[in-house]
Amino acid sequence: MTGTASRTAVEAVRAAFHRMTEVRAGRDGLNCVLWSDEELALQGAATVDNSGVTGPLAGVPYVAKDNIATLGLPTTCASRILEGYVSPYEATVVTRLREAGAVLVAKTNCDEFAMGSSNENSAYGPARNPHDPTRVPGGSSGGSAAAVAAGITRIALGSETGGSVRQPAAYCGVVGVKPTYGRVSRYGLVAFASSLDQVGAFGATVDDAAAVMEVIAGCDPRDSTTSDREVPRYRESARESLEGLVIGRPREYFPDSLEPRLARLCDRALEAMRARGATVREISLPHTDLAIPVYYIIAPAEASSNLARFDGVRYGLRVEGDGLRGMYEATRSRGFGPEVTRRILLGTYVLSAGYYDAYYRKAQEVRTLIARDFHETFEDGVHVIFTPTAPTPAFPLGAKTDPYEMYLNDIFTATANLAGVPAMSVPIGRIDGLPVGGQLIARHFDERTMFRAAYALERELGAEAHR
Amino acid sequence: MAVTRDDVLHVAALARLALDEARVPALVQELNGILSHMDVLRKVDTEGVMGTAGVGDAAAPLRPDAVAQIPLRRPRADLAPAWRDGFFLVPRLATHDAAGGEEDDA
Amino acid sequence: MSGAGSDRYEMVVGLEVHVQLKTRSKAFCPCSAAYGAPPNENTCPVCLALPGSLPVLNAEAVRLAVRAAHALCCTVNERSIFARKNYFYPDLPKGYQISQYDQPLAVHGHLEIGRNADGTPITVGITRLHMEEDAGKSVHDRYAGATAIDLNRAGVPLIEIVSEPDMRSSREASAYLKVLKQLLEYIDVSDVNMEEGSLRVDANVSARLRGETRLGTKTEVKNMNSFSAVERALEAEFARQVAVLERGGTVEQQTMLWDGARGEVRPARSKEGSHDYRYFPEPDLPPLELSLDYIERVKRELPELPRARQERFAREYAIPPGDVEVLTASPALADYFESVARQAGDAKAAANWVMGEVLAALNASKQSIAHFSVRPADLAKLIGMVRDGAVSHSAAKRIFGDMVATGDPPDKIAERAGLLQVRDDDELARWVDEVLAENPAEAARFRSGEKKLLGVLVGQVMKKSKGRADPRRVNQLLSERVGG
Ligand SMILES: [Mg+2]
Ligand SMILES: [Zn+2]
Repeated sequence: MTGTASRTAVEAVRAAFHRMTEVRAGRDGLNCVLWSDEELALQGAATVDNSGVTGPLAGVPYVAKDNIATLGLPTTCASRILEGYVSPYEATVVTRLREAGAVLVAKTNCDEFAMGSSNENSAYGPARNPHDPTRVPGGSSGGSAAAVAAGITRIALGSETGGSVRQPAAYCGVVGVKPTYGRVSRYGLVAFASSLDQVGAFGATVDDAAAVMEVIAGCDPRDSTTSDREVPRYRESARESLEGLVIGRPREYFPDSLEPRLARLCDRALEAMRARGATVREISLPHTDLAIPVYYIIAPAEASSNLARFDGVRYGLRVEGDGLRGMYEATRSRGFGPEVTRRILLGTYVLSAGYYDAYYRKAQEVRTLIARDFHETFEDGVHVIFTPTAPTPAFPLGAKTDPYEMYLNDIFTATANLAGVPAMSVPIGRIDGLPVGGQLIARHFDERTMFRAAYALERELGAEAHR
Repeated sequence: MAVTRDDVLHVAALARLALDEARVPALVQELNGILSHMDVLRKVDTEGVMGTAGVGDAAAPLRPDAVAQIPLRRPRADLAPAWRDGFFLVPRLATHDAAGGEEDDA
Repeated sequence: MSGAGSDRYEMVVGLEVHVQLKTRSKAFCPCSAAYGAPPNENTCPVCLALPGSLPVLNAEAVRLAVRAAHALCCTVNERSIFARKNYFYPDLPKGYQISQYDQPLAVHGHLEIGRNADGTPITVGITRLHMEEDAGKSVHDRYAGATAIDLNRAGVPLIEIVSEPDMRSSREASAYLKVLKQLLEYIDVSDVNMEEGSLRVDANVSARLRGETRLGTKTEVKNMNSFSAVERALEAEFARQVAVLERGGTVEQQTMLWDGARGEVRPARSKEGSHDYRYFPEPDLPPLELSLDYIERVKRELPELPRARQERFAREYAIPPGDVEVLTASPALADYFESVARQAGDAKAAANWVMGEVLAALNASKQSIAHFSVRPADLAKLIGMVRDGAVSHSAAKRIFGDMVATGDPPDKIAERAGLLQVRDDDELARWVDEVLAENPAEAARFRSGEKKLLGVLVGQVMKKSKGRADPRRVNQLLSERVGG
């Protein structure tokens, strides 16, 4: 990674906090940072400086989404129900980053329990887009994307369920990675939809994100869904050409209705990869239009179960009511915001007696078809699929009121979560000064090839595509 | 398959959510709105298609049967909303039956 | 319980038995599964359901579950799937129980619970055996107005064994439970202690007119904490249903709770819909896949099961059926008996000692056979001493008493207490002569051929020797005196 090697960890952390005040990262400003503790961070930094730890992340400050368990700072998932909750244990990804010398400086704002695409569903108010504070940073990992875009840190942790890293990365003009399901440990990531959730990485550049991935990827005995395949050196692909690489362009992701300027930026990106030696092939992923219905059955169903543990018994908020049941209902009704409540109701409904087969079972079957689309495409020799990350640039705060209209933001990203394949967003230019992203999707556990394409794209498009 | 007001109240009860009366009609409408978009799935032919169960590429790993303490950096008592003599405390059930727990009106 | 009306009806029972598996750690986390720690000591992020924690399956829990499945002659599935059973209860930390639903670990087993008069076996079908986790404990009566939650038990591995509705009486039901408990003890997968809750029973009961082939509406009876409670609860619920039917009413499908104190069943107060568990596949655990090799290996590791052992005892040791039942009641007792029988080379004596003195001593001292102070080798030696006439039978019983108390070997005790029989002819001869001298009249009549006096004289000699004289030799010596 660049620009940090010369500085000590303590200097880097001081700079990060200085930048936080400069850009007004708190409530009164971008509201991308929820919790931070300079003293604590400086202690961590000093430890790193004295430890002699080396490597790309040694002494590098980072921020983490507030749904990732950390010891020093609260972990509230931007929800009232976890107000003041400080986890007594730490997420595996946080441990790995610390051991690599990275220093946590803040927990970032997000949609409550990662349920949203705009960061407007936070109990602590929306985070704002550094490129235009009247607009959303995207969601649900909006705070992490904004923090990197605002230059507070070069790297950040977020989480993905249906596009929650890639979409805000696109809106904020940074790089965002969603690894293969099972590539990164979920231990310590507060569950939203367990079969879709993955911890994701943000970087100011492709190399920043790749460096984080090299550290957090790998098997974890505490997460039964992690894979024990060894982790390639992603950063080695930095200078490789794209000779022999086949890029698929799925027609379903380029409808006639697509914003023409976005379509042109995508063509330019494809051109750039051709220039590096790749060949582009028109492909079809026929079940794409079913992704949102499937996603918005499976994710709420799993969420309704995952959020049952917030019952006021062992930790977090408790609101007394009439007896035990009254306490449950008062606690949960007061503790959960409107979108979380809506999704718990939806998820409970699709799992309840009489509706399971029509909704949940059917959705799981169609999910298999969606995964099959990708499998067959890659079997046909396509190495990487390229699409726009989101249908539009960042939209204004409060612009989307209908829930389903909001859900449609995930239309290009949810498919990768449903199929479990790795995907990332890379800046490909701007529309009216607002960044937009291009999405690269690769086969299971082939993040290396995905990064190879991303490095090339970044180099070819140059700084112009960046913030 | 339209969601009725009773459906919403039933599901809210299952999920231990007390909805305030004013919100119910809106919720009924919202859920119907969302679910109407799900109906496309019914037309998809999934004859002989196995539902996705476990996205991971391997079977469940097995852990050796060894006792270990995962350290808690904060005492349980600090986490607990109500704690006494090492127990978590909850309001006494209106009607309790130690054994018939899950049958209980909790 | 069975009034005139109920004679026309037949009880139909199926049982669901939950059994705690004997593992060191819990099913999905490394916390100790031990019983009796201070409240909530044995808890961690996983079994406290802290945000972000995840389950990892215990290999030993799987092995014990497969072992039990084999013992019940089930088909073990190479692929089974964990599912979430969703419901709210304060001792269920996650708000769901990790269990198995569509695709359980094992299916289609059976258990022989006894024999009909004509010798044909009475067999109960096993529908399924699946793995799941236990909930914590709710203590309702400790604090006023509050329920106290202890999560030490939360996450302890269980198997649930579901039977077919094959039982036709409360007696058959308790026979099934006794045989099942014994089987689980033999294969050493659980402590199967109903009082400590390591074995829990729910019953599905229905009543129908005799001869009717269709099943009546069943109710589920819970909260029975002993085998006798099960019998009484079944009788009570059966009587209740028959009464309803006799009145021309219909039985309502519901959950009934047994109230041991009142000796009656009453409906559990439960909201409609509280039974909607919204099962779905547990996304945090990939499917459990077991190789045929593994499944076969666990089967080969099964020890000799109760029925096989009973047949072998009858065959090898020629012991009557009644005694075989007693000696094979628990694997530990059967092992003890066999060890004594082998070392003493006398199964009949071994059986008599174990069923008599040993069981009596165990009851009196409340010791378990596993830690019994009398080692099989020592009891075998004692049996040998009696056979060789080294000690009299009455002396042997006294010696055994000391063995129970001190754990010393029998010869040492006999020595110490001077209970070894005297077979030295000089010493015996002296006693005989003295007795003849002291009882001239009897001696004379004996000499003149009144053989019945022999017993009297032997008794005198025994008395003089404080029971240490070898009666057989005394007999001979006295007879010689006459002959000589
Ligand atoms: Mg069960
Ligand atoms: Zn635990």
